[in-house]
Amino acid sequence: MEERCFRVAIATTPGIDSQELEDLKQRYSDKGFIVTNVNNLINWARTGSLHWMTFGLACCAVEMMHVGTPRYDVERMGAAPRASPRHADVMIIAGTLTNKMAPALRKAYDQMAEPRYVISMGSCANGGGYYHYSYSVVRGSDRIVPIDIYVPGCPPTAEALMYGILQLQKKIRREGSIVR
Amino acid sequence: MEFYSFKRKFVEKAVSLDKIMSNTIELVVETINKKINPIETRIVNHQIEIIIEADQLIPSFQFLKDNSKCQFRQLTDIAGVDYPDRENRFEVVYHLLSFKNNLRARVKVFIDENSTIESLTSVFPCANWFEREAFDMYGIQFNDHPDLRRILTDYGFEGYPLRKDFPLSGNVEVRYNEIEKKIVYEPVKLQQDYRHFDIQSPWEGTTYKQEEEKDNNG
Repeated sequence: MEERCFRVAIATTPGIDSQELEDLKQRYSDKGFIVTNVNNLINWARTGSLHWMTFGLACCAVEMMHVGTPRYDVERMGAAPRASPRHADVMIIAGTLTNKMAPALRKAYDQMAEPRYVISMGSCANGGGYYHYSYSVVRGSDRIVPIDIYVPGCPPTAEALMYGILQLQKKIRREGSIVR
Repeated sequence: MEFYSFKRKFVEKAVSLDKIMSNTIELVVETINKKINPIETRIVNHQIEIIIEADQLIPSFQFLKDNSKCQFRQLTDIAGVDYPDRENRFEVVYHLLSFKNNLRARVKVFIDENSTIESLTSVFPCANWFEREAFDMYGIQFNDHPDLRRILTDYGFEGYPLRKDFPLSGNVEVRYNEIEKKIVYEPVKLQQDYRHFDIQSPWEGTTYKQEEEKDNNG
């Protein structure tokens, strides 16, 4: 039984150098342990639970739904739609952000718990797109909230959005940190 | 062979249906002309187009709805049109549907910028939101409307966006202000003017406003 299990030990020693880490790895990997540092472990956990807040505003929302369906099944990467911003790690702005909707979007973003990420999906959310010169549309949702990943397209395919989620995971692995 | 006989029957049936349809339209148009005294009546694409006086609005619609030959029981939409050059600037277009006759009708009313028009909510309750939309987009005032306020545009929006003299990009744009921690409204400042692409050479590119300013200064 024990042979099949992962055993995880968390080393909290600060300032451990890479040589020591390598030694630890060599010493413990044969005995069924994985040696890593806390940052990597937490980033690994974060990339594996990117629950997104569905902010479907227009036709992009349909592609966002597709990404959750069995055909693309983004849940196998640990991402799942959540109804409440308070449950969510990432907000996907899918569609045209209008002036009237902007305060509501910001309010939903403010309710999300740290660490939070935002994916801007489609031309309209990226920079106003087709409605750039309209009297009622925000010229890019980055005027309202900070954006981590821009997914281009009108609308982007479900694959494109999935690629965007993978890119976000990459970004978290690259620069994620428990320090705020 | 069977197919062709079927096809012939189908065509014959369609032709006879068409005949019935055009008979119905003519009958309806005749009734309308006799009873409500419109300015003009036309038949366009098997649909009736009626132009009426603004003060005849309520009785005309009551007739079109209740008359046994017309029976336009459903109001599908109310549209506004802006013709800035005309004396009567706005055109209000009512779209009607008669299930009984399988027939659609458009009723047009012309009004100028300062005059008002009767609300149709007493005849068709669904006119409520349609008229709110026309008011929102064109500023057309409807008398005796139960709740005439904006329906689609932003809270506190100024101007009537579908009027021809309204600027395309509006007057204000929004931005999140990090210091005030709220969404703020600011005058529109575009990075690049709206372009009409020349169909002959769409690939010539654009000069950005900042570049233009730089050229002018230096």
